[in-house]
Amino acid sequence: MPAPDVNRTIDAVWRIESARLVAGLGRIVRDLGLAEDLAQEALVAALEQWPRSGVPDNPAAWLMATAKHRAIDRLRRAEVHDRKTRELGRELAVRGEAGGPDLEAALDDPFDDDLLRMIFTTCHPLLSTDARVALTLRLLGGLATEEIARAYLVSEATVAQRIVRAKRTLTAARVSFETPDRGELAERLGSVLEVVYLIFNEGYAATAGDDWLRPELIEEALRLGRIVAELLPSEPEVHGLVALIELQASRSRARTGPSGEPVLLLDQDRARWDWVLVGRGLAALERAQEVGGVLGPYVLQAAIAACHARARTAEETDWERIVALYDGLAQLQPSPVVELNRAVAVGMAFGPEAALELADGLSGEPALRDYHLLPTVRGDLLAKLGRNEEARAEFERAASLTQNARQRELLLARMAECASRNGG
Amino acid sequence: MRVMVLVKASEDSEAGVMPSEQELTEMGNFNEELVKAGVMLAGEGLHPTSKGVRVAFSGSERKVIDGPFAETKELLAGYWLWQVKSLDEAVEWIKRSPFQEGAIELRPVFETEDFGEEMTPELREQEERLRAETESNA
Repeated sequence: MPAPDVNRTIDAVWRIESARLVAGLGRIVRDLGLAEDLAQEALVAALEQWPRSGVPDNPAAWLMATAKHRAIDRLRRAEVHDRKTRELGRELAVRGEAGGPDLEAALDDPFDDDLLRMIFTTCHPLLSTDARVALTLRLLGGLATEEIARAYLVSEATVAQRIVRAKRTLTAARVSFETPDRGELAERLGSVLEVVYLIFNEGYAATAGDDWLRPELIEEALRLGRIVAELLPSEPEVHGLVALIELQASRSRARTGPSGEPVLLLDQDRARWDWVLVGRGLAALERAQEVGGVLGPYVLQAAIAACHARARTAEETDWERIVALYDGLAQLQPSPVVELNRAVAVGMAFGPEAALELADGLSGEPALRDYHLLPTVRGDLLAKLGRNEEARAEFERAASLTQNARQRELLLARMAECASRNGG
Repeated sequence: MRVMVLVKASEDSEAGVMPSEQELTEMGNFNEELVKAGVMLAGEGLHPTSKGVRVAFSGSERKVIDGPFAETKELLAGYWLWQVKSLDEAVEWIKRSPFQEGAIELRPVFETEDFGEEMTPELREQEERLRAETESNA
């Protein structure tokens, strides 16, 4: 049965080539939706022809040539039919890009700029987060709508709808298929990095469905991050993000125990970490630091993750450095959760007393009011100081706030422990 | 998924013949494509087995055997570790490599992330709460 094999080959070729194909077409037709339609038409043509004629020697060139012909056909048809496409054709003619040879020359330009334009377009801040994620996975990741739907546990129609709307929004707003200029770069880059990080987080701490880790989304985010890092090598935050997700992903295997229970960072068996990813994460962080400039939030978070990654045992963790990094992060992104993390790090570095003072200072934070981790942290610090009765009360409060049965068990056990110490 | 790409040794590689400048350039370009596509995780070339050893095990006995080793076609000359969506994708990539002879073996790597039924929704929920809260739980 040769046909299914050819289809698998076409899938693989599509995975490798589709982003560059769409991006290259996007530069010419200046419309991402139209570019994708043309690329899809080339794919359909491949699905029809390759099972009969065999896979061409250079499948990428074949797809590009086919899509180019479709583009030219469309422009010609536009003369008669579609007003919008006619305008487009006129625009291209003015630019000297319409017609055969010029079109061809335009398509032979280097691909990297095209890809970059496409990434900035699929991650455009004009689009909703869901739309940006779907469009990026589809156009840059080369994932089929059905694959995105499966990964996000939503219907195929929902994803298709998101993508169609996103493309319409871009067209309606006349978003130019360009890389942003210097002035907007920071904001636009932030949007790109956010999309990659959201995809990663969805895979690393899935918010829906029965699977708790979704390796395919983790891998996709890693791949997208690495692609962006190669396209924008002089942006430290890009490397910071890549470092952060490589380092977090390196712990995936160690995050659960034999019966599936979560294992906290300091209790993890470090031999089970993925040391290939640890090495890549540390290298990416080094790259970020070599590029220099102001350390952004991703670089700082990666640097914190790297402190853990460099420690062969939990005891060797450089907590003083982690405190300093949280200081920096708190300045860039002030948030009670960052402060709470910082307090814990202070406790590890300088002892429970100093940390308790910080944690007490957070008790008035509205964002932490019903958050079980604040009393958990306070209970832990109080217990370390031998103030068992107060610790017991904190654990009790934490247990009443958590929604999670296992966590409640753990907190109630700690509560009982404090009570017995107190009594004895 | 990850795929280990095993480059088999040849008489030249075993003899320590270095690749030509052109071959190095072509391989460099191929590697660059892999990096740009986010596929490359790691990859190295290996010295000939004349510089390597084998350690043979027999019960508690360990015997160190110096190279070179005879069965050239079974030996390795280099490897890559790729992250791809499917073995088919890895096959498409290796077809684009500049090799002119020999054979490359592609082997999927075991994935231990597959926790299956052990992860209950309850645990998942807990994990959600742990997200970005590393130190607080330390």
